[in-house]
Amino acid sequence: MRQFIKTKERIGFMRFRGVFALISGLLLIASIVSLSVNKLNFGLDFTGGTLIEVGFPQAAELDQVRSTLEAGGFDDAVVQNYGTQQDLLIRLAPREGVKAEELGTQILTTLREGIDNSIEMRRIEFVGPNVGDEFVEQGGLAMLTALICILIYIAMRFEWRLAVGAVSALAHDVILTLGLFSALGLEFDLTVLAALLAVIGYSINDTVVVSDRVRETFRKYAKLTPTQVINRALTDTMSRTLITSLTTILVLLALFFVGGQLIHGFATALLFGVFVGTYSSIFVASSVALSLGVSRDDLMPTEVEKEGADQDPLQ
Amino acid sequence: MLNKYPLWKNLLVIFVILLAALYALPNIYGEDPAVQISADRQATVDAATLDLVRETLKSEDISPKSIALEQEQVLVRLSSDKEQLQAREALNKRLGDHYIVALNLAPATPSWLKSIGAEPMKLGLDLRGGVHFLMEIDMNEAMRKILDGMKDTIRSSLREERIRYTNVSVEDNAINVELRSDEDFQQAEQYLDGRYQGYQMVVDAETNTVTMRMTEQKLAETRDYAVSQNITIMRNRVNELGVAEPVIQRQGANRIVVELPGVQDTARAKEILGATATLEFRMVDTENDVRDAVNGRVPFGSELLPSRNGGPQLLKEDVILTGDHIVNAGVGYDEYNRPQVNIELDGVGGDKMSLATKDNVGKPMATVFMEYESTGERDAEGNLQFNKKAEVVSVATIQSRLGSSFRITGVGPQEAQNLSLLLRAGALIAPIQIVEERTVGPSLGQQNIDAGTQAIIWGLVLVLLFMVIYYRKFGLVADMALAANIVLIIGVMSMIPGATLTLPGMAGIVLTVGMAVDANVLIFERIREEIRAKRSPQQAIHHGYDSALSTIADANITTLIAAIILFAVGNGPVKGFAITLAIGIITSMFTAIVGTRAIVNSVWGGKRLSKLSI
Repeated sequence: MRQFIKTKERIGFMRFRGVFALISGLLLIASIVSLSVNKLNFGLDFTGGTLIEVGFPQAAELDQVRSTLEAGGFDDAVVQNYGTQQDLLIRLAPREGVKAEELGTQILTTLREGIDNSIEMRRIEFVGPNVGDEFVEQGGLAMLTALICILIYIAMRFEWRLAVGAVSALAHDVILTLGLFSALGLEFDLTVLAALLAVIGYSINDTVVVSDRVRETFRKYAKLTPTQVINRALTDTMSRTLITSLTTILVLLALFFVGGQLIHGFATALLFGVFVGTYSSIFVASSVALSLGVSRDDLMPTEVEKEGADQDPLQ
Repeated sequence: MLNKYPLWKNLLVIFVILLAALYALPNIYGEDPAVQISADRQATVDAATLDLVRETLKSEDISPKSIALEQEQVLVRLSSDKEQLQAREALNKRLGDHYIVALNLAPATPSWLKSIGAEPMKLGLDLRGGVHFLMEIDMNEAMRKILDGMKDTIRSSLREERIRYTNVSVEDNAINVELRSDEDFQQAEQYLDGRYQGYQMVVDAETNTVTMRMTEQKLAETRDYAVSQNITIMRNRVNELGVAEPVIQRQGANRIVVELPGVQDTARAKEILGATATLEFRMVDTENDVRDAVNGRVPFGSELLPSRNGGPQLLKEDVILTGDHIVNAGVGYDEYNRPQVNIELDGVGGDKMSLATKDNVGKPMATVFMEYESTGERDAEGNLQFNKKAEVVSVATIQSRLGSSFRITGVGPQEAQNLSLLLRAGALIAPIQIVEERTVGPSLGQQNIDAGTQAIIWGLVLVLLFMVIYYRKFGLVADMALAANIVLIIGVMSMIPGATLTLPGMAGIVLTVGMAVDANVLIFERIREEIRAKRSPQQAIHHGYDSALSTIADANITTLIAAIILFAVGNGPVKGFAITLAIGIITSMFTAIVGTRAIVNSVWGGKRLSKLSI
């Protein structure tokens, strides 16, 4: 039998609680600072504006494209390579007074007339400023609703201390992932938001498995201290936690490398999210529950008075 | 003890997987390039059309794979994209204005599969290529139009009743009627009270004013009507464009989603869909002088409008007829080869026109071309602002009483084309603006499909390898469950009529592949623990499955909550991710728990074991 962790010895995870709390705390602060200084690099979905992806027959010369666009009156256009040398992404901020929905076509015509008639239109996206604001609102709302619904479910199934632990782990993962996107200046669009919600789903999955074990261990071993119980539960689930993270990271790597440009941000958010999600379900969720004073009494099944419980069994 | 599944459970597993496989099957047959022919309201598609199509294709040397008449449409399957374009061009020329020839990709599903309702998954625009528009309706203008109509009605009925008024005006969802005398006021009060449904009467005896205010219910109804009317007209226009399988849906209070798969020429699509052009017919005010009006003295009841050729024209405010009554319009040429638009009116329109022109023979009538242009700005309530652009395109003397069919001149050739198309499809009740657009070219669509498929295959291969290396024979069982899970996801996606596969949806499948084995990992780790705790292999299997069950359920339900919320608030592509994720979670619970147990039971469950390959 191959195993990642030999379960004979219990690992004293909770002994390093202070160290990990410090690491998490620092990372959280760094993320929040980055979020408030750098802000998030919101994509078109949220800012509004026009984006056009074009394919050139051969490697595109950025300077030529820029000057052509400038001559055509689009001096605020941001031009960059997208994935390959032949593909370009051109962005324009929302403009006043111009029929924004026509910008994409105008740019394409300008490029075709100015550079090469065989330039291919790959994608045009236009989002009105109001729609962008709505996406921000909806996205934030989705995130909050998800967190609250999960909190309620866990509180019902487990116990409030474990629920708070689970949700703190979630918030931890979301903030760190947002922090990464802000620090690296990666574009934050709707697919990344979807990835973030998937991270929430994944991280909670992990945390639930651990919490489940914590509860079971509390019930099984009356004599252990809460710290010992949590150490034991974490050790017992360690193997599973690592294997599942590994298989998930494997598929995400596939997505990252062969899934195409459009899905890159999505894959990045999930890869990082799964990584911190694994860390947080081991170190954050349980230590928060422990700090809140989770104990055996909290987790014993509520006694249900059964009919005939006061009589002797029939045997 | 022995682990055995009752026969029905084994059969259930086999049945479910076979059923899903059957419905997933159409996806491997691919699609044929096709041309789809349908008729507008003026024509029908029947056997004669079928013959005509066959003949046309033959004369063009195009040999189609098949030609079929189904659901009042002719579907021609062709063997290449090139032939598809040739066929469309030829058919368009031959069939004429009343037939719509659209390009399409027809699934090459064999007929035995079709007969049980099996169809391939619907692909989203990001995979298939096409345009997605989100359009917002200008509600202010819609309300104004309706109130204006009401104003005219009240005015003419007061006139008929010989109740004298000094002014009838529209103000904030209400119509103010100022009466000339106390006597008129009393008459008006009596006459108007309760006459118009949905309007509430408020009177002010001091100023002799009667106000007809729209009730809240009527307001809501009117808004709904404006949206649904616009949707109907949008549908007509999309049909005129010749798009196969378009989606036109309402979204929220004042928005419409339009999805046009396969459309490349977005400029034309936008021009036609967003156009608010309509016509109005009005009498020219010949009693007053245009020059006075230009100098600022516009007579009461008249309006000064710019003219396309030459100076401004003074027209009566009363509209004889609006574009709504036009049932058909086509382009023609007069004897000097100048373009003209031939117009046919419906019964009501014909009557109105006939009534209005009866007493006006010899007088000039103007055709007014009206269009709304978005200014891109919004008012305090967030409503879009539009400029109304009205222009006199032609003034013609009424030669004789007009009926339900006549023609207008004074437009350019391209304009005549577009105008006749728009008039055929109907005028939008309220102007609209495109607030979101996403266009994906066909090569990017195919590239997305390839990338998504690659990611799924690579992800699957990596996980399959890992599981069989780490858990050996039990890993093989988990691998079988994983493969079955993919089949189930595709089968279910194909079965649900509204489900669409998008690129994020494919990412959802990839993610599910990675997470679906989690249930098996949980179970197998439990079994290993039980074995370490010196339980017999059979007991270990039994307890392993049992004790992992509640954990798996908890973990999956929480992920499902996230997926459902994502579905509820997400837009198109994100919804696609939520769907595959949710379906994947549910199917993976079935394959990973019930499916693997069925295999484990039948392989290891029935015999004495001393060791497990786990």
